[in-house]
Amino acid sequence: MFGKLSLSAIPFDEPITMTAVGGAVLLGTVILGLVTYYGKWTYLYREWLTSLDHKKIGIMYIILALVMLVRGFSDAVLMRGQQALAAGGALGYLSPDHFNQIFSAHGSIMIIFMAMPFLVGLMNIVVPQQIGARDVAFPFLNSLSLWLTAAGGMLIMASLGVGEFSKAGWSGYAPLTEIEFSPDVGVDYWIWAFQIAGIGSTLTGINFIVTIVKMRAPGMKLMRLPLFTWTTFFTMVLVVWAFPVLTAALALLTLDRYLDMHFFTNTLGGNQMLYVNLFWTWGHPEVYVLILPAFGIFSEVVSTFSGKRLFGYTSMVWATGAITVLSFAVWMHHFFTMGASPNVNIFFGIATMLIAIPTGVKTFNWLFTMYRGRIRFTLPMYWTLGFIVTFAVGGSSGVMLSIPPADFVFHNSLFLIAHFHNTIIPGALFGFFAGFYYWFPKAVGFRLKESWGRRAFWCWLIGFYLAFVPLYVLGFMGMPRRLAYYADATWHPYLLVAALGVAVIGLGILFQGIQLFVSIRERRSLGDSTGDPWDGRTLEWMTSSPPPVYNFAKIPAVDDIDAFVDMKERGIAYSRPDRYGDIEMPKDTPHGLIIGGFAFVFGFAAVWHIWWLAVLAALGALFTVIARSADDDIHYVIPAAEVERIENERYRELASVAK
Amino acid sequence: MMTTEASTIGITHNEKVEHPDAVEMQAFGFWLYLMSDVIIFATLFAVYVVLGGNYAGGPTGKDLFELPYVLGETLLLLLSSFTCGLVMLAVRDGKKNSVLIGLAVTFLLGLGFVLMEINEFYRMIAEGHGPSRSAFLSSFFTLVGTHGIHVAFGLIWMAVMMGQTAVKGLTPPVQSRLMRLSMFWHFLDIVWIGIFSIVYLMGVM
Ligand code: HEM
Ligand SMILES: [Cu+2]
Repeated sequence: MFGKLSLSAIPFDEPITMTAVGGAVLLGTVILGLVTYYGKWTYLYREWLTSLDHKKIGIMYIILALVMLVRGFSDAVLMRGQQALAAGGALGYLSPDHFNQIFSAHGSIMIIFMAMPFLVGLMNIVVPQQIGARDVAFPFLNSLSLWLTAAGGMLIMASLGVGEFSKAGWSGYAPLTEIEFSPDVGVDYWIWAFQIAGIGSTLTGINFIVTIVKMRAPGMKLMRLPLFTWTTFFTMVLVVWAFPVLTAALALLTLDRYLDMHFFTNTLGGNQMLYVNLFWTWGHPEVYVLILPAFGIFSEVVSTFSGKRLFGYTSMVWATGAITVLSFAVWMHHFFTMGASPNVNIFFGIATMLIAIPTGVKTFNWLFTMYRGRIRFTLPMYWTLGFIVTFAVGGSSGVMLSIPPADFVFHNSLFLIAHFHNTIIPGALFGFFAGFYYWFPKAVGFRLKESWGRRAFWCWLIGFYLAFVPLYVLGFMGMPRRLAYYADATWHPYLLVAALGVAVIGLGILFQGIQLFVSIRERRSLGDSTGDPWDGRTLEWMTSSPPPVYNFAKIPAVDDIDAFVDMKERGIAYSRPDRYGDIEMPKDTPHGLIIGGFAFVFGFAAVWHIWWLAVLAALGALFTVIARSADDDIHYVIPAAEVERIENERYRELASVAK
Repeated sequence: MMTTEASTIGITHNEKVEHPDAVEMQAFGFWLYLMSDVIIFATLFAVYVVLGGNYAGGPTGKDLFELPYVLGETLLLLLSSFTCGLVMLAVRDGKKNSVLIGLAVTFLLGLGFVLMEINEFYRMIAEGHGPSRSAFLSSFFTLVGTHGIHVAFGLIWMAVMMGQTAVKGLTPPVQSRLMRLSMFWHFLDIVWIGIFSIVYLMGVM
């Protein structure tokens, strides 16, 4: 009846896990209780969960990302604490079994459920507005993507309390992930969480490509697109190109595990390196999926807060395109040690080094944009500057790793861990934070307090160096990654410093929490009634903060790069149209939420081999899709009078600010 | 695949110039979905090419494939693509009944293909040459089976569209869906040509 599932799946004997589960359940109960207490269920359901408004979907993505950031960071704290204690014979508090689950969960969560939702959330809020559109091309698909991602995240959270998570790393290399060596359900949780969220990402990719290609405002030629929209476009091309490979690779591994096939097994002709190749065919482009949007954010931020048009706009676009293409020709640098011929290794080594060129172009463009600009040191600028300095180090260590003979030494050591955190934390996460502070007033209507934000920034930056520079050193000393404990006591001092670094980062996260709290309390004085709090350059600053559901009462006409600056200079930025028209918008619908729910049930049932439930959930999802497709009445009309009323209010507010 | 069914928005009445119409965007979006599916099939083809010689002491393609039978399958599918083309012509002319008949014929041809494939798989598995026998057979069953599952989903979709056409008539949304269904169907045909040449023809050679 319940497949492999029984009460023994709940890890009562693991106090640390049970504490985490208890905490998560308690927090969940408190939130649900509060919603019930304040009678907000209908509001939540009507205005948020079933919403097709790209701005609300974006906010929900970012909430998911922030929650997952805390979860992923807690995993990092556990690992750092363990390695700080488990030196020279001491065993620490985590069994190797548990430690392995933690680094696997940390990597999986940070990449698929923190970084991905964060960047997709920012894109959702910003891109339609930047191109002067009223929504994305397929609003329903957008909601479906969100709920598929959330379903995957829920699966990982479920693995905490019911059963266990994979112990095979975020990359899930075969044959370790084969049923022979990982007979428990951990790998299955990993597979289905990735698979379901990955399908959501592919749909997001399709959606945004169509949006950017087909829904630009009149006059917004390709070479006038804001840089963030450009990087979104290339990112989504990467997504649609790369994610299907992950889908296929995971499906093959699933077949190996569930139907006894032999793609990646040791026996009967399976080939493990095939898995590794497929994984990184997706995996390397994936790291550019994380980093390109952040590059776009830095470009917007630098140009806005230097009060100048971006230096080298065209070269920036081409550099992004070059990175996009090159990122498909470097996957083998993840396994130089596979034993391919030197010529093959050299090819991939050189291709990898080449990526440094367009990346360098970008860095210099940012520097030249700031050169002789009137720089305003706001929070987004802090994160951007922190990124430029730190990323230069991480990029350089990447070039070191791209030299195959050197990689033979560094492979699998903490040097690699230092390298990729040194690129992904400044290169992706700092970028998302910059975007978060930059667009927060647009999405929500008030700014975040600078003082706490600056404290948080310094903690993050200093904490980062403390936490990861020691790992470079440890890499040179020969310490491998993924160690639960170690005999060599000379490594210990460095790991203590790294643990201190994590504590400082933790302080940064705490300050960010305080900042949110304080800013919400003081939202009146931090409010933005102009819609343009930073003297922005692109169209999203033309709408009010937060924007009306239709964004633009009249679709703007674009004449230049930095369209909004151009309008402000010509004095037409706030000119009113002679008359308003009716606006057609998509009706909200629960179908995406329902399919996401079925996806979660399906994943859970598949993990535990509860086949009747899996079949029911799959049928449920199928019939929901059919029901949705039969509905032709999916729009509603906002009458011109209502649009006029909303706009009048906006102009009154603008006028009161001007006084 | 039907999840690409979605609404497009942003069109103020009398403002049509500013955005291309919904049908065009849906077709483009669906085309992108097909491209992502191409990548899945490309991956499976690559896997087949890598593992296709790993018989592990089991049977080879020469031992298993019966070309005349597979040729029969191929003809059914090609014919169904042809009738699907006729359906689209009928859609253009607004002939609802011809559309329904054409869809029914296409459905039956597709169903015949799927049944023949199931029968072929069943025979192989019954003889002990199932997908767990060797890496070659794993990749064979997976590549051909993935295509088969696509065709089966196409059949479900076709059934739904017969229902919609019968109930709603050839309204613009129904026409748009029929157009995407036909894109999907022709796409599966092309993939099958690849399977026929690379798996079966080269397998018996
Ligand atoms: C917030 C600060 C972070 C800290 C303190 C941290 C710490 C760590 C530690 C200690 C490990 C295990 C190293 C080992 O194998 O010995 C690790 C692995 C990893 N981290 Fe982080 N991390 C952080 C943020 C991130 C972020 C933002 C990402 C990605 C977006 C990320 C992705 C990964 C991945 C993919 C692994 C490899 C997991 C595996 O071995 O399978 N981390 N991290
Ligand atoms: Cu890489």
